[in-house]
Amino acid sequence: MNGEKIIFLLVALFTLVSALRVVTTGNLVHAALWLIATLFGVAVIFALLNAGFLAVVQVVVYIGAIAILFIFAVMLTRKDMRDQGPQLNKNWWFGALLAVVTFGGLFFLLQGWSGLSKTAADFPSGFDAVNELGIALTSPAAYVLPFEVASVLLVAALVGAVYVAFNRK
Amino acid sequence: MNFWNDPLKVAADWLLGIFTGWGMPEIAAQILIGFLGILLLITLLMVLDIFLVWIERKVVSRFQSRIGPNRVGPFGLIQPFADIIKLLIKEDITPTGADKVVYNLAPILSMMSVLILWAVVPLAPKMLGVDLNVGALYIIAAGAIGTLSIIMAGWSSNNKYALIGAFREVAVMLSFEIPMLTVLLIPTIFASSMGIGAITNAQEKTWFVFLAPLAALIFLIAAIAELGRAPFDMGEAESELIAGYNIEYSGMKFGMFYAGELLHAFTYGGFWAILFFGGYRFFGLEQVSAFLAIAVVLFKALVGYWVIMWIKYTLMRIRIDHMLAFNWKFLTPLAFVLLMVIAFMNALLADAPGWLYISGMFLANAVLTWVALEIARSASRREREKIEGVKQAVEAGHQ
Repeated sequence: MNGEKIIFLLVALFTLVSALRVVTTGNLVHAALWLIATLFGVAVIFALLNAGFLAVVQVVVYIGAIAILFIFAVMLTRKDMRDQGPQLNKNWWFGALLAVVTFGGLFFLLQGWSGLSKTAADFPSGFDAVNELGIALTSPAAYVLPFEVASVLLVAALVGAVYVAFNRK
Repeated sequence: MNFWNDPLKVAADWLLGIFTGWGMPEIAAQILIGFLGILLLITLLMVLDIFLVWIERKVVSRFQSRIGPNRVGPFGLIQPFADIIKLLIKEDITPTGADKVVYNLAPILSMMSVLILWAVVPLAPKMLGVDLNVGALYIIAAGAIGTLSIIMAGWSSNNKYALIGAFREVAVMLSFEIPMLTVLLIPTIFASSMGIGAITNAQEKTWFVFLAPLAALIFLIAAIAELGRAPFDMGEAESELIAGYNIEYSGMKFGMFYAGELLHAFTYGGFWAILFFGGYRFFGLEQVSAFLAIAVVLFKALVGYWVIMWIKYTLMRIRIDHMLAFNWKFLTPLAFVLLMVIAFMNALLADAPGWLYISGMFLANAVLTWVALEIARSASRREREKIEGVKQAVEAGHQ
């Protein structure tokens, strides 16, 4: 067992525990803070996978914007932060079954996949992942069309949000 | 490779020799040396932070025609140490109904969000914590943790002033993040890399402030708003909110917020210098010795910090709706247009000689500034006429 594996296991354990705390804690703001811890753990896993750009974007977008807006929404809409009702409803066994089946299925599939036991090849020296990503997103031979479609979709969502919130006098 | 050119490398090699001589495996020694390096950097920063308190108090008193601390030690230099002792022996109060863990975590996160920024600061040609290839985004990511610490402090204090202060501060920080991120892409275009080290290296011939003076100005405005300093100090408007999000904190926990804010201002002054004023470059001085390069970057950071203080103690607080309108209706569109113009000019002048490239970029900035100011002027004139019209109608109604 090498150092990288130990770090991965610790981070994965941290991420899973905080993900569990998101749904088990009774306080809504605590749930949002545990969610931030989970997202941070995912960012660390991205960084361990040599995907520095994704790691930083994860922190900027999810922690810096989305999680903060969650906290804002919770604080502005709820008077009491504690959730008094039961945390499980009568469909809990179905959810648990679905989770177990999904986990088992993925486990079974990945067992038979040869890529699981391989270690990833190192980047060649002088390889700039961000540069390659930028070229791939803007080159017509690669992903320029999906990238543009995604931007148009986001602009449409923005315009829609402004239209819905617009206070017509 | 001698000590004066690359002191860190020499020191690390020397320590590695000692540690492996003690029978420590090389990898463990490397990790230990890495930790020692981090400890050294953070210790020096915290010591610098103590003197920043003195600098801030001296400068503000000069701006306000006062003398400032001058009783303890020569020029009052020992005053911050007396302040620290006072903060340490104060009673540590946790308000009733406070959320203890979140309450105690917030000042730590606040300080941390500043300290982690220094991981990407290039102090000298070879002294750089990590040369991340996403350095520009990393600055914003660290700012996100600062935003988080403020909302945690405001909520967990169980105080309505703290909560309102946190809400206002976070609203400002979230909005001004957008022009800041946009403007950070402009040095990225010039250097064709997001790494802070590469951005410094690309300013060997021309500082980026000559290529994009408007971008430097927008970065400064957005940085002041991110810091929550006047004229954008909505989070702790004393006359409205007493002390804002950190009202319930006492002793060293308050000290962490205060020291964190000062170091944050100094750090943003440093980033302003690194991104637009050439970082450690000063007429080839950085080639002489690494220590001179560090002195240059610290001096430039202090100048940036001084400009931030100058603005803070000169201007008055802006009302929050004006502030947000200024950001969303003026600064953000201007930053977007500037980014597009710079990207277009960069492609257009790619093969042009150096003098044409610089003057073309400078002219583009000047024209854009003029157009933006004209639009803002006519918009404010229309607004003023509307208000005047309403006033006259009201007065006519009274008579």
